[in-house]
Amino acid sequence: MLSQQIINGITIGAIYALIALGYTMVYGILKIVNFAHGDIFMMGTFFGLFILKYFNAPFFLAFILSALFTALLGMVVERLAYRPLRFTDRIVPLISAMGVSIFLVNLAQLVWGTETHPFPKVFPIKTYTFNGMTISSIQILILVLSVILMIGLHLFVTKTRIGTAMRATSMSITNAKLMGINTNFIIAITFAVGSALAAAAGILVGIYYDAVYPTMGYTAGLKAFTAAVLGGIGNIPGAMAGGLLLGITENLGAAYISSQYRDAIAFIILIVVLMVKPTGIFGKKEINKV
Amino acid sequence: MKSTRLLKIVAALLILALPLWLRNEYMLHIAISIGIYIMLALSLNTIVGYAGQFALGHAAFYGIGSYVTALLLLNTDLSFWLVLPIAGLVTGLFGFILGSPVIRLRGDYLGIVTLGFGEIIRLIFVNWVDVTRGPMGLPGIRSPELFGYTFTSSADFYYLVLVLVAITVLVIYRVVHSGMGLSLLTVREDEVVAESIGIRPTKYKLIAFTMGALFAGVAGAFYATYISFISPDSFLYTDSVMILAMVVLGGMASVTGSILGAIVLVVTPELLRFASDYRMMLVGLAIVLMMVFKPQGFWGESRRKRNFYGKELADKPQKSAAAVSDSNSAT
Repeated sequence: MLSQQIINGITIGAIYALIALGYTMVYGILKIVNFAHGDIFMMGTFFGLFILKYFNAPFFLAFILSALFTALLGMVVERLAYRPLRFTDRIVPLISAMGVSIFLVNLAQLVWGTETHPFPKVFPIKTYTFNGMTISSIQILILVLSVILMIGLHLFVTKTRIGTAMRATSMSITNAKLMGINTNFIIAITFAVGSALAAAAGILVGIYYDAVYPTMGYTAGLKAFTAAVLGGIGNIPGAMAGGLLLGITENLGAAYISSQYRDAIAFIILIVVLMVKPTGIFGKKEINKV
Repeated sequence: MKSTRLLKIVAALLILALPLWLRNEYMLHIAISIGIYIMLALSLNTIVGYAGQFALGHAAFYGIGSYVTALLLLNTDLSFWLVLPIAGLVTGLFGFILGSPVIRLRGDYLGIVTLGFGEIIRLIFVNWVDVTRGPMGLPGIRSPELFGYTFTSSADFYYLVLVLVAITVLVIYRVVHSGMGLSLLTVREDEVVAESIGIRPTKYKLIAFTMGALFAGVAGAFYATYISFISPDSFLYTDSVMILAMVVLGGMASVTGSILGAIVLVVTPELLRFASDYRMMLVGLAIVLMMVFKPQGFWGESRRKRNFYGKELADKPQKSAAAVSDSNSAT
């Protein structure tokens, strides 16, 4: 039983991690929490659903196309709702993000209705049993794809010129500008990459739970944000670890303590971690200078 | 001076006589909603605006006040006038208990923890079925009685909320314009400086937290008796967001600002009813636009021009772009 719960936890944790990366990358550069990210994830899921259902596109083409559309959406949101507010009080972009979130949820309700949609059966479901544990082909797909995406992101951030520019921008926008980096472009790319990862996570969630609805971004976004904070917000490997940790503990808690309070367990873990180590598990210590 | 005083008297009379010329139940309901949200926005403003603590779970305190009131009115014979302060105090106590372990957390971390608290409280409302009846909610909450007179019409509740708003505004105004209010501002601006001059940041942050929770509880108590049915759906994260939007939109650390913010954000969705399906989309868009074009809010703090002793303050230098990004890199 225990190992089964851990496998289920890792599956959902991998999805949390993919969404958490979007929060953490944006926070790393702009020091703002993109509260519309959960809804960008929801839009990504709907794009995937739409492409698969109405164009009968092959799965991987639909996967890539919806990631592209969602990346574009993320860039548009950044341009219109965040860039004009870059030099204001930090709470201002937050409220603007919440406005975007309300807008996107209601847009989705208008276009696709408030009902829950099943996800097209694009992937054969098989279950494999060994040692009493079952793992489905969908879980394997989720794990493989998210590992590929995370390795890809790691290589992108550490090995490419744009990735290097991203890390420079997250250290200091001013200094990055002095080095000739087009920081506006880098910030737009950061939003695009984060949104594309969220779309990937969205399609995986769609396949896994077979339920897509306009308010699905809320809980997923909240959990992913929790994962990002758990790992130390602004820290990319931290977000991955935070996602897995959250997924596993949440599943164990739901199995052995109370399934009704499943979501509460996630937050209690978060509160305990923050009280013991306020900057998250992998976060850097913030020094208070006078 | 004389004309502004006259204007104030006329405005006060108009507000008092509102039920006489607004003979429409729907309009009065909106006026009452504005009253509730003024209390909520002001109480959140003491936490967010004055103490500078980023709190995202205000709907939880609103909900606790409502549930305490509903449960007391349904299960005991206590009068509403006794239940109201009890609900406020219980909620304040919750604010104190929830606040004390986490108040040292900073910025976004406090935000996510308070958001988590909000969710946990809501899950308790949903799952503790024996007491809260879960998602079915608590119907049939008694109306207040005064000397044998039962509050029934919207006008009755309008005057009740008016009195509560007046008390809230008065108390919060007095507190934030006292020495304690200045201590709160000092803590908000720089905790290290505050500590160096003998102001304990945690103490003042906790006072703001408790006071904010208390008045949110009072708003919740009124809501429960006014609407007479409460369920967990009335205290969602989106409500916390709306209250926060009112504070920021109106202008942080400003009593007038919170009142304006509450009015604007209650009235805008109503004005947009003609747009039917597009309504909430337009509300979202309106929030973004208002933030983009007026980031300091309608009645922001730039109006604070005098210090505690009435001396004129020098204009704060505008934060330049470079200064902001440098402070980013310092953290």
